[in-house]
Amino acid sequence: MLFTDYSFIGFLIVVFVLYYTLPKKCQWPFLLVASYVFYFIASPSYLIFIAATTISTYLVSLKLDQLETMQKAWLKEHKGQISREEKKEYKAGIKAKKWKWLLVCLIFNLGILAVLKYTNFAIANINGILEAFHSDRQLSFLNLVLPMGISFYTFQTMGYIIDVYRGTSTAEKNPFKLALFVSFFPQLVQGPISRFNDLAKSLFEVHYFDPKVVSYGLYRILWGYFKKVVVADRILTAVNAIIQNPDTYQGGFVFVGMMFYAFELYADFTGGIDITIGIAQTMGITVTENFRRPYFSKNIKEYWKRWHITMGTWFTDYIFYPISVCKPMLKFSKFSRNTFGENIGKRAPVYLSSFVVWFTTGIWHGASWNFIVWGLMNYVVIMISEELEPLYRKFHSRFRVKDKAWYGVFEIVRTILLMSAIRMFDCYRDVPLTFKMFGNMFAAFDLSALNAEAFLGLGLSAADYILLFICLLVILAVSVIQERRGSVRDIIFSSPAAWKYIVFGVLTIVVIVFGAYGIGYDQSQFIYNQF
Amino acid sequence: MKSKKFAKRAAALAVFLVVMLVTLFLLQRLLMPKYMSDIPEGAMVEEYYQETTDHEVIFVGDCEVYENFSPITLYEDYGITSYIRGSAQQLTWQSYYLLEDTLRYETPKVVVFNVLAMKYNEPQSEAYNRMSIDGMKMSSSKIGAIQASMTEEENMLDYIFPILRYHSRWSDLSGEDVEYMFHKDKVSHNGYYMRVDVRPADGFPEPEKLSDYTLGDKAMEYLDKMRELCEENGIELVLVKSPSLYPHWYDEWDEQIVEYADKYGLDYFNYEKMADEIGIDYNTDTYDAGLHLNLAGAEKLSKYFGEYLIENYDLTDYREDPEYAEVYAEKIRFYEEMEEAQYKELEEYGEIISY
Amino acid sequence: MEALMEILENLHPEIDFNTCETLIDDGLIDSFDIVTIISEINEEYDVVIPAEEIVPENFNSAKALYSLIQRLEDE
Repeated sequence: MLFTDYSFIGFLIVVFVLYYTLPKKCQWPFLLVASYVFYFIASPSYLIFIAATTISTYLVSLKLDQLETMQKAWLKEHKGQISREEKKEYKAGIKAKKWKWLLVCLIFNLGILAVLKYTNFAIANINGILEAFHSDRQLSFLNLVLPMGISFYTFQTMGYIIDVYRGTSTAEKNPFKLALFVSFFPQLVQGPISRFNDLAKSLFEVHYFDPKVVSYGLYRILWGYFKKVVVADRILTAVNAIIQNPDTYQGGFVFVGMMFYAFELYADFTGGIDITIGIAQTMGITVTENFRRPYFSKNIKEYWKRWHITMGTWFTDYIFYPISVCKPMLKFSKFSRNTFGENIGKRAPVYLSSFVVWFTTGIWHGASWNFIVWGLMNYVVIMISEELEPLYRKFHSRFRVKDKAWYGVFEIVRTILLMSAIRMFDCYRDVPLTFKMFGNMFAAFDLSALNAEAFLGLGLSAADYILLFICLLVILAVSVIQERRGSVRDIIFSSPAAWKYIVFGVLTIVVIVFGAYGIGYDQSQFIYNQF
Repeated sequence: MKSKKFAKRAAALAVFLVVMLVTLFLLQRLLMPKYMSDIPEGAMVEEYYQETTDHEVIFVGDCEVYENFSPITLYEDYGITSYIRGSAQQLTWQSYYLLEDTLRYETPKVVVFNVLAMKYNEPQSEAYNRMSIDGMKMSSSKIGAIQASMTEEENMLDYIFPILRYHSRWSDLSGEDVEYMFHKDKVSHNGYYMRVDVRPADGFPEPEKLSDYTLGDKAMEYLDKMRELCEENGIELVLVKSPSLYPHWYDEWDEQIVEYADKYGLDYFNYEKMADEIGIDYNTDTYDAGLHLNLAGAEKLSKYFGEYLIENYDLTDYREDPEYAEVYAEKIRFYEEMEEAQYKELEEYGEIISY
Repeated sequence: MEALMEILENLHPEIDFNTCETLIDDGLIDSFDIVTIISEINEEYDVVIPAEEIVPENFNSAKALYSLIQRLEDE
C-alpha cells in the first residue's frame, strides 16, 4: 500500500472517520491498531520484526528506568552521609550497568537491521575478493526479507533508547504507547525520524475535531500529492530514460538527467513528507518538519541542515557528538595538536568523526557502494569547503559581494549543482560508471544534441514539459513566500473565506487531471486489429 | 450564535462539494474518449440507449456480429426489429452482462450469440474491456461486467470514475471532445458497423495446432448463464458462428458447441461451413481480406438469417406498424446516406477514411 | 569565564558572546564549532562535556556554557 494507491486513500478515510467518532480514550489505541493493520497489509511477516524491536526496546527502557530510580533512591537515602568520591563511584557503577543494557539493545536492533539489509552486500563483496584471488569458491546470496521502513523505525527507536539512557527522555511505561511511537503508520514508509519528546505528547493526547487544523492537514496532504503525483512521477519517466541508457544519453543529457533527478527527488521526497505530516495533522498530531526549502541553501553545510533534517540531527546527536567528544577522541585531539600544530590538530576530531557519520549515512541509504561513495563525496565536499573557509572570508572582505542579491543566487545555484552532481552516484548502475558519466558530461557535451526531438524521445510530450515548467514556477513561488512571509496556508486562510475553497478545489482538480497515475490512456494503444 | 456560524460553514462546504462534483463530472465528460471520428466501435455500446423502439431480436457478441449482420436489411426484407449489442473483442461474460443490461429495458423474443469469443477464458486487454464496458449505463450488470473482465492491472474505481482512467488525455484533447461532450452522433445502424469497401481474401497462414482444444470453464459458465437467463425470460437463444476466414475456428471447438446446442435443444449454425449456400464470395464480400464481411456480405448473410428467423419464430412484421415505420424510415435514410457517402469516399480517395 | 570567552571569540570574532543568548537557536554556531569548543574546554578546564549535555539550553549563550562547566567541575 503506497501513498499513491487508491487503497491507501480508502484506508486513510476509514482511519480518519473512526479516529474522530470513536470514544476519545480509544483514539491513540486505535491508531496503534490502524498502524499494525497497515503493516500487516504490507506483509504479515514484517510484524515480527517491528514487534521484536518494540518489545526489546521496551524491556531495556524499563531496566534503564529502574537503574535510574535505584540511583535516586540510594542518593536520597545516603544524602549527607557519603563523600563525593563515594557518590561518584556509585554513579559510575550505575552508569556502567546502564551502558551494558543500552549496548544489548543497540546490538540486537541494529543487528536485525544489519543482517537483513547488509548481509547480501557483504556476501557480494566477499565474492568479489574471492574472485580477485582467483578462488573458485563463491558464497551464495541469502533470501532475506527487508521489512518496510525498517531503517526509519529502527533509527527512531534507537534514538529513543539513547535518550532514555542519557536521561533526556523518560521511559514510556505503557508498552502500547511505545508500540505506537515505533509504528505510527504515516511515517513508517519514509520517515521523518521523530524524537519521542517531540512526537509523544500530541500522539497520545486526546484530539477533538477542529475544522481549521483538519483543513490545514488536508491542504498539506494535497500539496504533497501535487508534488509527488504531478511532478515527481511525471519527470521520473525522463530520468529513467537517461540514467538507464548511459550509452544513448551522454554529454549534455547527463547534465539534464542530473537536474531532472534533483527536481524529481525533491518533489518526491518533500511531497511524501508533506503527505505524512499532513495526515498526522488532520488527526491533530504534530510531526517534526523534515525539510526547510533545502534548495535555497547557500552552501553544503546549510543544505544538510535543511534537507532530511531529522536524519541529519539524528546522525549529529547520536553518532557525531558521542564520537567527537568521547575521551579517546579528546586525547587524540591533544595528541594531534601537539604533533600537527594548533590549526590542523583542532580540526582532526571533527574530520575523523565526520568521516564515520558520512560513511554510515551513505550505507544507511542503501546497501551498495554507490551510496557509500555518495556519502563520502558529501564528506569530501564539506571538508574542502571547511578548509577553504578562511579563503572565502578573505575574498568576502575584499570584494563586498556577500550582500548582493546576485551573489546569493550564485551561491544557491552553486550549491544545487554541487549536490546534484554528488547525487549522480544515486542514479547510475555502479560507481565506475558514475565517474565515467561525470567525465562524459563535460567531454561529450554537445549543445546541438540537446534539441527538441531528443527531449521528446525521453518519454515526455511537449505538453508534459510545459506542465512541468509551470509546476516548477509554482513550487518556486510557494517556496519564496514560505521563506519570506511564512506559512502559505496562513495567508490563504486569512484571505476572504472563498479563497480557501477555491485554492483547494483547483489543486484537487490539478492533481486528479494532471497526476501521472493509473493506466495512462496512451499506454495501451487502441489499435484496432482483427477482432 | 454558534449554531449560526456552524450552519454557515456547513452551507459553504455543501456548495463547495457540489461545485467540485459538477466540475469533475464535466471534466470527466470532456476527457473520456468520444470514438466519433476514430474507432467508432467504441461508441456502439452507449448508442443502444438512444433507441426509442423495442426489438424482437438481440444480437450479442464481438465484431463477428456487428460487422456481419445488418438489422436494417432484416427490417427492410422481413419487418424484423433487431439490435446488435456488439463490441470489439466482446468476451463471453461481457455478452452475458450486456444481455442482462438489455433486459432491463426490453425483452426480445430471440437472442443470437456469436460463439467466436468462447475461445477466450481470461480477461484479455484493457483497451477492449473499456470499449465494451464504458458505454454501459451504471447498473449491477455493469459492475458484474467489470468484475468479470478486469485484467490484473485494472481497478474497479477506474471504471466507476472514468476520469481516473482517462485524465492523461488532457494533452490530447481536441475540438471533437468538446463537441461531443453531451451528445454523440450515431455511428451504427442498430449496432451494425457499415463498410462498403472490398479487399479480396488472399489466404491466411495454416492454423497452428493447439495443445488443448477444450473451451474454457469460465466461458462455458457464462454461456450457461446466458442460456439460463434466456430460459427465465422465455427467450429463444440461437448460437451462430459468422462466416470468416480468420481467426481460425477449430473443428474441435465447433464440436463442443454442437454438443452443447444438442444437449439443451438450441439451434446452432456454423455459417463458415455454409458460406457457399449463403452466397458469400470472399473476393467481393469482405473489406479486410476475409476477417469481416462488408456491406454486400452482411446483407447476404442477413437475408439468409432473416429467412430462418421468420420461419421459426413468431416475429411481428413491424413494417405495418406506423410508429415503427416512421422510426425505421429515418434509420433507412441514415443507412442509405452512409452507404452513398462511403462509396463517394471510395471513389474520391480509393479507400474509406471517415468511417 | 575569561578563558571561555577567549575560546569563543577566537572561534567566531564576529559574534558578541557577552549578549547573545541564541547561539544554537539562530544557528550562529554549528556542530563543528561545538566539538571544537568542547575539546578546547577540555584542554583549559580539564572537564569532559559528555554528548548528552550537548543540548541547546547549555550552548545558547556563553553564560549557560560557563554554568555547565561549573556544574561538571562540581561533580
